[in-house]
Amino acid sequence: MVLNIKEVEHVAGLARLTLKPEEKKEMVARLSSILNYVDKLNELDTDKVEPLTHILPVNNVFREDKTEPGMDRELLMSSTDMKEDGQYKVPKIM
Amino acid sequence: MNLWDFPVYLLQHKLQSGEISSVEIVRAFRERISQVEGKVKAFITLDEEGALREAARVDQEGGYTGLAGIPYGLKDLICTRGMKTTCASRMLEDFIPVYDAFVVAKLRETRALLMGKTNLDEFAMGSSTEQSAFFPTRNPWALDRVPGGSSGGSAAAVSAREVPFCLGTDTGGSIRQPAAYCGVVGLKPTYGRVSRRGVVPYASSLDQVGVLAQNVRDCALVFSIIAGHDPGDTTCVNVPVPDFVSALDEGVKGIKIAYPREYFALGVDEEIKAAVMKSLKKLEELGAIVEEVSLPHSEYALPAYYLLAPAEASANLARFDGVRYGYRDLEADNVIDMFAQTRGTAFGAEVKRRIMLGTYALSSGYYDAYYLKALKVRRLISSDFDKVFASYDLIVTPTTPTPPFIIGAHVEDPITLYMNDILTVPVNMAGLPAMSIPCGLTRGLPLGMQIIAKPFAESLIMQAAYAFEQNTEYHSMKPELEV
Amino acid sequence: MGHEYETVIGLEVHVELHTKSKIFCACPNEFGAEPNTHVCPICAGFPGMLPVLNKEAVELSIKAGLALNCHIAEVCKFDRKNYFYPDLPKAYQISQFAMPICQQGYLEIDVDGAPKRIGIHRAHMEEDAGKLIHQGAITETLYTLVDLNRSGVPLLEIVSEPDMRSAEEARDYLEKLRAVLLFAGVSDCKMEEGSLRCDANVSIRPLGEKKLGTRTEIKNLNSFRSLERAIEYEVNRQKERLEDGGTIIQETLTWDEEKQVTRSLRSKEEAHDYRYFPDPDLVPIHISRDWVEALRRNLPEMPDQARERLMKEQGLPAYDAAIISLSPDYLAFFDACAARYSNAKVVSNWMMVELNRLLNLHNMNISECKINSNDFILMLNYIDNGTISGKMAKNVFEEMFATGSSPDKIIQEKGMVQISDEKALLQLVRKVLEENPEVVRDYKNGKEKALGFLVGQIMKVTKGQANPGLVNKILKETLTEE
Ligand SMILES: [Zn+2]
Repeated sequence: MVLNIKEVEHVAGLARLTLKPEEKKEMVARLSSILNYVDKLNELDTDKVEPLTHILPVNNVFREDKTEPGMDRELLMSSTDMKEDGQYKVPKIM
Repeated sequence: MNLWDFPVYLLQHKLQSGEISSVEIVRAFRERISQVEGKVKAFITLDEEGALREAARVDQEGGYTGLAGIPYGLKDLICTRGMKTTCASRMLEDFIPVYDAFVVAKLRETRALLMGKTNLDEFAMGSSTEQSAFFPTRNPWALDRVPGGSSGGSAAAVSAREVPFCLGTDTGGSIRQPAAYCGVVGLKPTYGRVSRRGVVPYASSLDQVGVLAQNVRDCALVFSIIAGHDPGDTTCVNVPVPDFVSALDEGVKGIKIAYPREYFALGVDEEIKAAVMKSLKKLEELGAIVEEVSLPHSEYALPAYYLLAPAEASANLARFDGVRYGYRDLEADNVIDMFAQTRGTAFGAEVKRRIMLGTYALSSGYYDAYYLKALKVRRLISSDFDKVFASYDLIVTPTTPTPPFIIGAHVEDPITLYMNDILTVPVNMAGLPAMSIPCGLTRGLPLGMQIIAKPFAESLIMQAAYAFEQNTEYHSMKPELEV
Repeated sequence: MGHEYETVIGLEVHVELHTKSKIFCACPNEFGAEPNTHVCPICAGFPGMLPVLNKEAVELSIKAGLALNCHIAEVCKFDRKNYFYPDLPKAYQISQFAMPICQQGYLEIDVDGAPKRIGIHRAHMEEDAGKLIHQGAITETLYTLVDLNRSGVPLLEIVSEPDMRSAEEARDYLEKLRAVLLFAGVSDCKMEEGSLRCDANVSIRPLGEKKLGTRTEIKNLNSFRSLERAIEYEVNRQKERLEDGGTIIQETLTWDEEKQVTRSLRSKEEAHDYRYFPDPDLVPIHISRDWVEALRRNLPEMPDQARERLMKEQGLPAYDAAIISLSPDYLAFFDACAARYSNAKVVSNWMMVELNRLLNLHNMNISECKINSNDFILMLNYIDNGTISGKMAKNVFEEMFATGSSPDKIIQEKGMVQISDEKALLQLVRKVLEENPEVVRDYKNGKEKALGFLVGQIMKVTKGQANPGLVNKILKETLTEE
């Protein structure tokens, strides 16, 4: 296995995903097999290759600094019930 | 012939000549849906009544220009104001956007009629539509088989004649592979040709919205509506949109077509190879120059894709945290647990897998080995295509290595499932346009041929595809769904 | 025991760019609105929404870079910085990690009368997060409310080199940085509204040591005073720890304003793994040298230039010039006055003493001050021609500050005209001398102080309106005559 359960737990923590014990076990196996597969890339020498981050030969796309009013708050917040006084409500931080 | 069997361009003709009304069209498709939807299960949400109301309005207004009065389906990952957009996920089961995607606004503007939202693999992550959180869609050609994915609902809906066209999205083959599996035409445009605004992203550097239709002409008609600049998407390029429809008749005489030898290896079924080779012969007969070439890094596209797409997805799907929309875990008493339990509960297995993979590929200590390496390989793949396109106009390949498989066959084996995209993924990596068109049957199952072009040369693809279509019968084959 | 230590400080400063709209959407960039009213699906991170970069944010960042003597990148890009927090709607912040817009600049501060260069490591653009409102203390609250008005406000994060050696230098750097950004018109730099925020990296090392000590990062420094105090506190804490044989742990601290102590937020082990990667939704920015030069040409006078000018052209002492050139509004007021008044030093004195006193007293900014330069000069003229005394002028000035009235009106309404009529004053003097024979005797016996008492009596009777120079002169003459 490329990954162990500790690493899976660490990554799940970063990704904020609660995983059940059986999901963790499955994740170890599946992610390991995918990582084994992608190891194929190491057959290629890419030392002198420039990474390709943007496929389009386009740059400098801007908008002018003009304002529009925000969206109607009732409408914007209609997608949740967890709100109070025009604000989103979440459980305590700590 | 039933009204629902007619392609877009004939429906358009009948509307314009006053032979039928838009209401009659919608009623016909409503009837068709009532006959076959129970078997195919292509739709997550249906709104035939809404479409009927709109149809009545269009009939009243008259002037059937563009796609006015023509019904269609939308992959349920494209946002619709006032209509649920679920992404086939428990996370967004009840999510009603307060905005339309740019392409939806375009279709509203032309007065096309939205019949409903089609099924997909959850958040477009999959190649079979089995990963939908709600139900799998079935292949109209063989109900025990998958329709492909992730735009499986869209392909199946067109194939089963539930709507004359659909929009889908394609990140690694998600339009072309289901189009091939369901015997329809599927166009994945150049990256940057169609706005992504309002389309829930899977991998932003690869996603493109495209068309699924019965034939090439329909595809060109719909594509003319959705293609073009959107100042709200900075990756949507401001280049002229040619008249795709009038270019269709120009034929393939003198067009240089390359077929890369690697795409006829890579575990491709013999019947498929044979069907595509036969199709190439046909194109040659029609005047094209056909030659073999090499795209040497082809086999590396898939592993690179399975790092890049999940990496982008891990960030794209991070916003589903239960705060402003979507599912929320109400048990947690602090926000960190709320996030993790919301996401752990509402995302399906494949989505969690890809988020985990992408998070890992970007995490401290692994970035260079995985993510950066994949970006470099992406460069190699793109350069391969550049070299071939320096001397050729089009590249032709099979769309998929196999015909549609039995539902459940690969559930335990993600890599085999991923292999389904091996011939389509390189195109997304290079940002190129490509189309899958039907090119034969094997054991009663449809096969697809992929035509790839240079950036923004969709017109040339459609021109060649149309010439092929006009001289073959594959596109007129349709599944015999027992009613 | 009792080692000598050197303090090493670097500052990370966030300033909100002074644009009309947010960085990636058209919502207003405006402080103080009703919660969630300057919000749209883009800055609330709704699915499928895409960012479009505000050109003005880029131009202001270039201007800031030029004002800070930075190299402006030929190409820069945006990255996604991934972390979950309820005020961060997309769960990633669009920021610049690998390719920031500005690098390698510097600022000069004054240390013991000599200029000292503080390096600017880099400056990069990013979007601000929303605001959390806790119901009571963050540790005790049951739930928290989220306001996204600030989400997507353009920020420039300016990271200094660890070049500062004391809390005072850090404060001077921050004041200078604020001045430069104000002059360049990049930000309004209001610490109280959060448009200028500062984190400090603090470490100490034995004097002469080259290697940097383990640093701690202090957050939540929302005034110049808390910056200075927090650094002083932290330096002492680190010294005591080392003297006690302990070691410094790399950690993030928060400054507790109430208790005036730093408290640990998280250790290095709990540090974030931000998983930066290029944002595929935004195309790269290519900054041509023509573009940079055009912006450079339009750059207004900077604080250092202004200071030079005040010293050379107005003859102000370095101290006055430095203070006046800390704020463009302050400088503009000075320039407006000095242009029409012959003695710049008098203007400067009034600004640095009376005006500053009143501004501080009322916790106001000069831009909110009601006095205009015309009225101010008029007042100075009244002092010069003897209409009012310097002491009366202070009252007039206070009244002008409070009401915005003209000095004419104030002098008239309060009957504040100075009594310079020699006959009238002579009468008053005689009366006071008659009433105080013992004091007169004391004076004649050589008690100089007695004269002051008599002047005071006359000023009291005239409610301060007597011309003090004249009173002195007449008193002396009369006393000699007798
Ligand atoms: Zn906004």
